[in-house]
Amino acid sequence: MSRDVQQKLEILADAAKYDASCSSSGSKSTRAGSQIGSTEGMGICHSYTPDGRCVSLLKILLTNYCIFDCQYCVNRVSSDTPRARFTVGEVVQLTMDFYKRNYVEGLFLSSGIIQNSDYTMEQLTQVAKDLRQKHRFGGYIHLKTIPGANEKLIEEAGMWADRLSVNIELPTELDLKQLAPEKKKPEITQAMHGIQEKIEETKSDRNAGYKPPSFAPAGQSTQMIVGATATSDDAILATADELYTAHELRRVYYSAYSPIPHADAALPGKSPPLIREHRLYQADWLLRFYGFDVDEIVVREDRNLDLDIDPKLAWALAHREYFPIDVNRATREQLLRIPGIGARNVKRMLSIRRHHALRTEDLKKMRVVWKRTKSFVITADHNPSLGDLDRQDLRQLVTPKPKQLTLFDAFGEALKGEF
Amino acid sequence: MHIVTATDFQDWRDTARRFLWAEVPPESLRFNRIDGQPSLFDGGGVNALPQPLGSVKRNAVPRPFLSLAETVSFHRDSGRWNLLYRILWRLTHGEPNLLEITTDDDMHRMATMEKAVRRDSHKMKAFVRFRKVDRDGVEHYIAWHRPDHRIVKRVAPFFARRFKAMHWTILTPSESVVWDQKTLQYGSGVARSEAPDSDELEELWLTYYGSIFNPARIKTSMMKSEMPVKHWPTLPETKIIDDLLEDAPRRVQEMIERNEGFQRTATDLIQSQPELSQRLDGVRELAQQCQVCDLFRESTQTVFGVGPTTAKLVIVGEQPGDSEDLAGIPFVGPAGQLLNDALQQAGIDRSSVYVTNVVKHFKHTTTVTPLGKKRLHAKPNAREIRCCKPWLEAELDHLSEASVIVCLGATAAKALIDPGFNVTRQRGQVVSTERCNQTIATWHPAAILRTPDKALRLQKLQQFSSDLALAKKRLE
Repeated sequence: MSRDVQQKLEILADAAKYDASCSSSGSKSTRAGSQIGSTEGMGICHSYTPDGRCVSLLKILLTNYCIFDCQYCVNRVSSDTPRARFTVGEVVQLTMDFYKRNYVEGLFLSSGIIQNSDYTMEQLTQVAKDLRQKHRFGGYIHLKTIPGANEKLIEEAGMWADRLSVNIELPTELDLKQLAPEKKKPEITQAMHGIQEKIEETKSDRNAGYKPPSFAPAGQSTQMIVGATATSDDAILATADELYTAHELRRVYYSAYSPIPHADAALPGKSPPLIREHRLYQADWLLRFYGFDVDEIVVREDRNLDLDIDPKLAWALAHREYFPIDVNRATREQLLRIPGIGARNVKRMLSIRRHHALRTEDLKKMRVVWKRTKSFVITADHNPSLGDLDRQDLRQLVTPKPKQLTLFDAFGEALKGEF
Repeated sequence: MHIVTATDFQDWRDTARRFLWAEVPPESLRFNRIDGQPSLFDGGGVNALPQPLGSVKRNAVPRPFLSLAETVSFHRDSGRWNLLYRILWRLTHGEPNLLEITTDDDMHRMATMEKAVRRDSHKMKAFVRFRKVDRDGVEHYIAWHRPDHRIVKRVAPFFARRFKAMHWTILTPSESVVWDQKTLQYGSGVARSEAPDSDELEELWLTYYGSIFNPARIKTSMMKSEMPVKHWPTLPETKIIDDLLEDAPRRVQEMIERNEGFQRTATDLIQSQPELSQRLDGVRELAQQCQVCDLFRESTQTVFGVGPTTAKLVIVGEQPGDSEDLAGIPFVGPAGQLLNDALQQAGIDRSSVYVTNVVKHFKHTTTVTPLGKKRLHAKPNAREIRCCKPWLEAELDHLSEASVIVCLGATAAKALIDPGFNVTRQRGQVVSTERCNQTIATWHPAAILRTPDKALRLQKLQQFSSDLALAKKRLE
C-alpha cells in the first residue's frame, strides 16, 4: 500500500470516529459461494481502543468532502478540515487486506455527499458490489445510505450489504432545522420506510417458499446526536420509540455530541455528556426488552433522565406502591421491573422457582445487584432490607457511588442483558 | 475405586456411559489427571470395563447437558471430567431438573467453566492476528496465539469457514492447526519464536487504530477488561496505546480550541439594532459595519443590494467585482453591462428589479502586471458564503412582493436552491424553494464573458436571455 493510501486512511478513519455504531451482529448465515469472510450471527470485536470502544469493522468514509453544511459535523462544507477521497478500488483492497489478517469483521462505509446524493450512493454501492462479486467476500458490510438518494439505488445497496442505516441525525425536526438545514425529516423517514418495506417483502417472499436475493439481512439502524441542542430526553426517547415501532429499526445509536475540531462556535466546546448518553442507552433497553412505555420512563419534571441513578431505579423510586415484589409469585413482567435484576436473571429465576423457592442467597448467587434489589423484593426467607422501602432516604441508600461512565459500559452491560 | 482417564469429550462420553450403565456412583470413579494419554480401555483395557446391570433403567440424558459438557471438556481444569460425571449421575438419579437450578454448587462450577471456555474461544476468534508470508509464490497466513484453555480444536472450524480460500496456520503453546483450503490438520504446540514477527500491513493497521480512537473519551479499564493484557504481546496495535494516551489531552484541547465559528455573526449585528433592521435601508447601513469574516479588510466597502423594496423580480449574483467594489453598487462593471443589455432585451426595466449578491464584499488576489497592480476576482469559499448569508436573508425578508428570484451562477443557486445544484444541467428550470416558489438559475454574466470559445459563448448568451425571458413571463 502506498504512502498516499496511508494518508487518506488517517483522514478518512479520523472523520468516521464520531459515528457511534460499530456493531457487526445480526446476519445469521454467510452468503452462499463466499470464499473469504463469514457472518454467523454474533459480531466480534477484534480490538479495543483506549476510549473503551471496540473495533469490529473497518469504519471509514469514502470521502469527507461534503456539499452539506450540518453544523455538528466536522465534514460540513464550511469546515476547513483536511480532505481526502478513496477510490472504490482502494476501499475494496483495504477491506480485503485487513480482513485476511483478522483485524476486522467487515466494513462500515459512510461518505460525505459529493456531486449529489445519487452519485455518492452509487459509489458506496459499488464498493460493496465489488467485494461481493469480484472477491467473493462473505464478511459483514454496513452501508450508510445517503439522504435523498434514489430508491432503486438503496434497493441495490441492500442486496450487497448486511445492514443499511439512515441517520436520523437529530432528535426533532426543529433540531434539524437549526443545525442541519439541508436534511429534512420526511426525507429521512421516507428512506427508512423504503428499506423497511423491502426487508419485509424479502421476508414474506422467503416465507412463501421463494428464494429472494438477500436484502439487508441484519436490518437497519440509525444514529442520533444528543446534547448538541436543548431537546429533552423524553423527546429523544419518543423519537427512538417511533423508530422502533414504525420502522422496525434494529438499533438506535445515541451519540453524545463530541467536540470536533473546526467546530462552529455556536456549539458547546466541551467534553461529551457521556453519562447522559449512557442513561439513554439504559432507557432504550427498557423500551425494547423490559416492557416499559416511552411515557413512563422519564419521571423527572424537567423531562430529562436522572443522571445519578439508572432509569429503572428512578422509576421504582417514583412508584413505590408497585413494590415489594414477591419473587416467588410475581409475573415475568413484574420481575423485569425490579431494580438490579436483568432480563437474563429473570429467566433464571423463573426456571429455578419451579423447583424450589427463591431465597436471598439464590439471588445473591445469581449476582443480581443486591444492594439495589434488596429493598424491593420479598424472598422465601427473611429479607431485613425490605423495611427500607418506606424510608425517606431510600434514594441515598440505593444510589451507587459516582463513577465515570462511557457509552461502552452500556454496551457491555447491554450484552449481559442487565444493568 | 475405578481410576480411568479421558483424552477428549468423545472418549469421556463413551467411558462415562459405560460406568453409568454399571451404576458406578461418582464417589467410586475417578478420572485421573493425565490428559492426552490413551484411555485404559483402548485396546486391551476393554476387559476392565464394568458390566452393565441388566435391570437398570437407562434414563435419558438431557441434550443441553451434552452440549454444555462438550464445551467444558476444552477447559484446562483437570477436575472437569469428574465434575461432569457427577452432574451426569445426579441428572439420571433423581434430579432431572438439575440443569435449571443454576445456583446449585456443581451447576455453578460447570457454568463458570463453560463460560471461561466460551470467552476464551471468542477471544481467539477476535485476537488471532495473521501475518502474511510468501512460500514459493504462495501466500500463507500464520498466527501465534496464547489461549487459556485447549480450545484450538473447538475454534479451528470457525477459521476454516471464514478463511476458506486461504492457506493459514494457527500456532499456540500447546496445540497447532493448519488449513490447506481442504482439511484441518492438528499438531503439537509451538514456541512463539517459530511464528513470523511482522507483516507489511501492520503500519497501515496502526494508522487506522490510532485514527479511529477518539481522544475526547478515555476508558482504559473498559479496554483492558475486554482486551486482556495477556493478549497484548500478539496484537500489533497495542504498541501505540501509551503514545495515544499520552497525546490525548493535547488533542482534546486542540479540538476544543480550534473552533471556526464566527464569535460575532451578521445575525448578531442585525439583532443588535432592531430599529434599524426594521427597514431595508437600515439593514444596508448595518451591513456597512460588517466585519464578521475577513473579506472586509481587503475591500473598499460593503456592496449591498439595490432596487425598490416593492420589486417583483430579485436577481442574486455571486459577489461584487473590482468595479462594484469601487462604486459600492452591484453589477456596474462589464458583467453588469451584459446583464443590463439582456434585461432590456427581455423587456425588463432594471430600475424595477432588486439586484444583489450572495457575498457582499469583493474577494480578490492581486497580481502585478506591466500596467500596474491588478485585482483578480477570487471565488468566495463556503465559510464566507455562510457568514454573509444573514444579510441576503434580511434583504429577502424585506422584499415582500418578490415573486421570481433569478440566481446568477452556481454560488447563488447553491445558496438558495440546493447545495448540490449544477448550473450546466439544471439552469432554466423554475423550481420552488423555501424562499420563493418561482426560483430560476442561469449563467452568471461574468462566466459568459470568460467563455473562450465563441460558439459556446453565444450559446450561453442565448440561454441567459431566454432564462430572463422566462422570468419575465413568470412575473405576469
